[in-house]
Formats: sequence, structure tokens, C-alpha cells
Amino acid sequence: MNRLVADAWRIARKDLAIERSSRVVGSQILPFGIVMLLLFAFGVDPELQVRGGERSILAEIAPGLFWITVLLALLLVSGRSFAVESDDGSLDALLVSGVHPGSILAGKTLVVAIQLALLEVVVGAGSMLLFGVRVDDPLHLLVVMLSTTVALAGAGTLLLAVVAGYSGRDTLGPLLVLPSMAPVLIGATAASGAALYGTGSDGAAWTWALVAFALLYGAAGIVSAGALLEDV
Amino acid sequence: MTTVEMPPARSVPEHTGSRLTRALGGAVLVTWTLWLLWGLVLSPADVVQHESVRLFYLHVPMAIMSSVTFSITLIGSIMVLRNGSVFWDLMAGVAAEIGVMFLGLVIATGAVWGKPTWGTYWEWDPRLTTAALMFLVYLGYLVIRRLDMDPVVRARRAAVFGIVAFINVPLTRFSVQIWNSLHQETTISLTDTQMDGAQLTSYALGMLAMATFLAWLLVHRFRVAWLEHAMDESGLEKLIRDRRAEGAANEPGGVR
Amino acid sequence: MSEAASPSDDGTVPPVASPVARLRGAVCVLGGFPALAGVDLDLHAGEVAWLRGPNGAGKTTLLRLLAGLGTVRQGSAEVLGADLTRVADRRWLRRRVGLLAHATFLYDDLTVEENIRFWADLHRSDPGDVDSAMARFGLDGRLRTVPVRGLSAGQRRRTSLAVLVARRPLLWLLDEPHAGLDAEGRAMVDRLITDATGAGATVIVASHDADHMPALAPRVLDVAGGVVRDAPAPGAES
Repeated sequence: MNRLVADAWRIARKDLAIERSSRVVGSQILPFGIVMLLLFAFGVDPELQVRGGERSILAEIAPGLFWITVLLALLLVSGRSFAVESDDGSLDALLVSGVHPGSILAGKTLVVAIQLALLEVVVGAGSMLLFGVRVDDPLHLLVVMLSTTVALAGAGTLLLAVVAGYSGRDTLGPLLVLPSMAPVLIGATAASGAALYGTGSDGAAWTWALVAFALLYGAAGIVSAGALLEDV
Repeated sequence: MTTVEMPPARSVPEHTGSRLTRALGGAVLVTWTLWLLWGLVLSPADVVQHESVRLFYLHVPMAIMSSVTFSITLIGSIMVLRNGSVFWDLMAGVAAEIGVMFLGLVIATGAVWGKPTWGTYWEWDPRLTTAALMFLVYLGYLVIRRLDMDPVVRARRAAVFGIVAFINVPLTRFSVQIWNSLHQETTISLTDTQMDGAQLTSYALGMLAMATFLAWLLVHRFRVAWLEHAMDESGLEKLIRDRRAEGAANEPGGVR
Repeated sequence: MSEAASPSDDGTVPPVASPVARLRGAVCVLGGFPALAGVDLDLHAGEVAWLRGPNGAGKTTLLRLLAGLGTVRQGSAEVLGADLTRVADRRWLRRRVGLLAHATFLYDDLTVEENIRFWADLHRSDPGDVDSAMARFGLDGRLRTVPVRGLSAGQRRRTSLAVLVARRPLLWLLDEPHAGLDAEGRAMVDRLITDATGAGATVIVASHDADHMPALAPRVLDVAGGVVRDAPAPGAES
């Protein structure tokens, strides 16, 4: 058990070191988030007000736009997480080093989650600045963001592992990830709306659902890793 | 070498029929006839939904059957991960194929029903939304099953996805309770029913008709898949012989 | 998940009785194609065996199989006492072999030292072994802090070799180890092989290098059509 955790941590640290040196997050992922923010502002007039004049339409739909951005970024981040390994056959090498496949997926899930969290901070700050989003209940929002991030990172890593080593994974990955993650997206949008503006009566229920998704998808990858990555 | 070696005749049946499937096929014909008779002729139109209620004798049983097939996929996937069973791998795959077909028809009949009832083919209602997502997720499962990969590796990966995908089944089933919206509340419950006698009979016959139809399809489709698998396996023996011959031909000493 | 689901107790060197590997009619199928079509092979401790044969003969698949990667579809295969038809045994085996493949298994964005330390840490290699392995391949100087993407093919190969040496494997599986190396590098590989067998390890080398190999490897195995045969007479080829 110790070995599993230690190896997962080593793999996570290695992936972080690769990100530090390649600067893909800073130079590509975060700018992607900012571009999305701008596109949304171009697509939906920021001056348009919700009837009643409380908030702009853009601020009203910001939770949905925010999580769509994160979901699309998940495709980039988790795809890259496996591309780093299969570029030079290192998935094999990890196995030959006696690493349990569960450690590989756990380490990768952690790093994907960290990168998504970074993106969320930037895009979240951008939404407040550019769209006039205000936060009613920061603690609630934090729980929503944390659990959604873990759920997305876990599921993204798991589903990308399903197609790891397959040459068409760049196009198949989205087909697997996006519909599977739609319930998480729906929940995250509803729960965030509740945390931001106190709208909707079922924000708490959705938050619990997100926590459940996080536990489920966080564990699913680690449990099934052996079946996915052994003997590729 | 152009002649094809034929395996012994008894191992290659000429069709996928058998006494069992003929009996099932007969049951399908009988139940469908009765179901159409009751559903279209003998049962009255609904007070609220008028004639369109008849679609439900098809729609609901099919929806339930698609959940049944995805459950078979779930069980098959679990068995594949437990012991690498080829039987269950094939079973999981063919069940999902039939399930996707049924689910497609469920969505289509739902849209046809929605037009006169809601005034629109598509409503962003939880049941419809989750059903559409489930359709896409299982479509993804079928794509994984056709990837050009080592069959053993592919079977295991598909199995993992087949298990993860199943979360959509309860999610769709209970979506109405979860979101509670304008979609029909679940109409049939054990304690209380809003259907009258002939309607209930039509509905029950629909269940029976769809269940026998599903069993009949499943057996035939599975046998086709099994034959394909057997062909691949016997093909492998030939490939191994060819492969070894290729080495012998290259040997300096010539062919032995 | 169990650490020592192993043929012998965990961690310690198993009593490497001959044979190190015993394959009987082993068939290995890759994407529907029988890359190995019934391999019979015995390898003994301390042996150096040279796998030769045309491209596509099955050399790489055989090395991967011996490393615990890939499954045996038919027949039997035992390496270091591990039964290759069992997942737990394959996992156990992988930690005890060293595979040098066509791919160098290196991360472009990490430095030479970061790469070597990462793989050595995963394998729980002794830090002293890592230092001496780096020194041995001339990687302790300027090259230490160079990202791998900046290395030449030969330098990459040296880095992979250093990773391998630090692991002290019981069974060395080398796929074209001399490829891309200069004279000095080739001499290093030769010395490495002699040292390894001197320490009791077994080495298998797949190579097209007919100049180098006869002197190194007393045993020659011809691989063709997914089958392995001992070469008729050692040293008979011209």
C-alpha cells in the first residue's frame, strides 16, 4: 500500500516537473481559458440584462460557461497527460519498473486536478472581473469546485486510459468524455448557480451529488487501472 | 495457396436458428399479434392523451428492455474483468448493440408522442436529456469494441467502460424524480394505477412482446458474434502455421 | 495489489536455478497477428544469447514477452520462475528484468539526471548505484542538467543504459543496444554485457550487428517466422 502511494506521488511529481519545464499550462492551457472568456463576451452581449435588471445575462449564465470551459480544458490536459507517456513508450517502462497501474492513474489524476484547479482560479477571477459575477457563498462554491475538479480529473484520466495507445485517441477521447461528464456538468452548473446567487432550491442536493461523483470517479480509475493499462 | 480449407462441417452451422429460437420466434409472433390487437384495436383512446397513448405500449416496454440489455452489458463486463470470459465479452457487446437500437427507437417514439402532447418534438426535460446522453455514451462503448487493438486488451477496456457507462441507467431511470419536471410521472406503480383494464392489458402485452423480441434478437445476434469469434480463432491457427512457414522458407537450409 | 504475489519470496534474489527462462510452444498475438508462433527456448543463468533474424521475425516481441509485457495466448512460458500466464507473476517479473527497447523511455522535458533519478526511484535503486551508473556513461558532467530533448540519439541511448545499469537486473533484454552509438559507446555496451554476466545475470541481445556480436555472445539464436532455433554451428557464419 505504501509503495502504491509513494509511486503515485513520484509519478505526480514527475508530471509536475514536466509541466514546469514545458510550460504548457502557463502558455497554452490558461490562455485557452482566457480566450474562452473573451469568446463568451463576444457571443453574448455583456450589456444585455436579465429581465428585472439585477444582473447581466452573461453573469447569469457564467456558471455554465465556466464549467464548459473547464470540461474542454479537461480534454486538453488529460490528453496531454497520456501523450507524455506514449510518445516514447514510457507507459511500458512504468510497468517494467514494477509500478502498479493504479499508481499511474492516481498520480495522473492528481496532476490533472491541479492543472484544472489553476485554470478554474484564472477563469473564475476573469468571470468576476469581466462578467460582473459575484459570490454569495464562497465556502459552498469551494466545495462545488473541489468536488467537480476531482470528479472531472478522475473520469478524464480513466476514460483517456481506455483509449491510451490507440492512434485515434485524440478524436475518440472527446466522444467518450463529453457525454459521460454531462451529468457532472449539469450538477456543477446548478450547484455553482446556487453558491453564486442563491438561485434554485436544489443547490445542496446537487452539491452532494457532486461529492458522490468525485468519490466515484476518483476511485474508479484507481480500481480499474490494472484492467486498463496492463499488457498494452 | 488459393484453396480455402473448410473446417469440419458440423462445427459450422448454416444459420443461427435452432429449436429454441424457433420457439422464441413463434412466441414473438403470437405476443406481437395480441399486443397489436389490444394496443391498436381493443383498448380505448386515453381521455387526456387520446390516440397517442398507444405509443406508450411500445415506448415504455422498449425503454425498460433497453435498461435490461445495458444491465446484461454490466454483468458481462464484470465477468470479463473477473475471469476474461469470451462468452461474456461477446454477450456484453451484443446486448449493448440491441440496447442502443432499442434506446434509439425509444427516443424516436418519444419525439413522435411529444409533438401532439407537448406541441414539440424535443423538450429539454431531464428524462429526454439523460436518455440522449445514455445513447451517446453507449454509442461510445460500441466504438471502443470496434477499435483496432489486441482483442484481450480491448475486451478489458470495453469492460471498464461498460461498467462506468452503467451509471447512466439509474440516472435516466430516476432523472424525473431527481429533477421532477414536466415529463410524465412514472405511470405504473404497484400500489396505484391510472390505467384501465384494456390499457393495462395492452401495456402488459407490450412488455411481453418486447421481452420475447429481445430474447430472440439476443440469441441470434450472440450466435453470429460467437461464429465470428470461432472464425477468428480458427483463422489464428492458420495464421500461426503461415507464420512458421515464413520462417522455414527463410532458413538457409531451405524448406524442411 | 499484493506486493509479494510471487514465485519466490519478495525482494530477494530467487535461487536462479537453470533455466532462467523456459518457453514451450509460446504463442504471442499482437493485434490478431501471431508475432510469436510457438517459441521453444531455454535460457541458462550467466548466458549471453544473441537473437538474430530479419525485421519482423519476432525478436522485439520475444524480448517484451520475457520482460513480462504481453500475454501468452498458447503454450507455456516461465521466466525467473514466474509463470507468464499469470498477471501477478508478470508484475513480479517486471521489477527484476531490465529492458532496453527501441524507444528510450525518456521524458523530453526532463533533464538527464531527472530522468535517471525518476526511473531509479521507482525501482528503489541504491543512490550510489545511480551515481556510478551516470559516471560510467559520462553523464555526470555537463550533460547532467541538459533536458533530454537536447540530446543526440547516442546520448539518449547512454541515458537509457544508465537507467538500466542502476537497476541491476537479473535478466538483461537489450534490443539493438549498439544502434546509434559511437565506437566508445559500443565498447561501453560490450563491457556492460561482460560485467553483467560476470555478476551472474543473463543477457539476451537482439541485434543486426554481425561484426560485434559473435565475440560477445557464445550462443546464437535464429529468429524467423515467430520461431526460435539455435544456430547450427557457432561461428559458422561468414
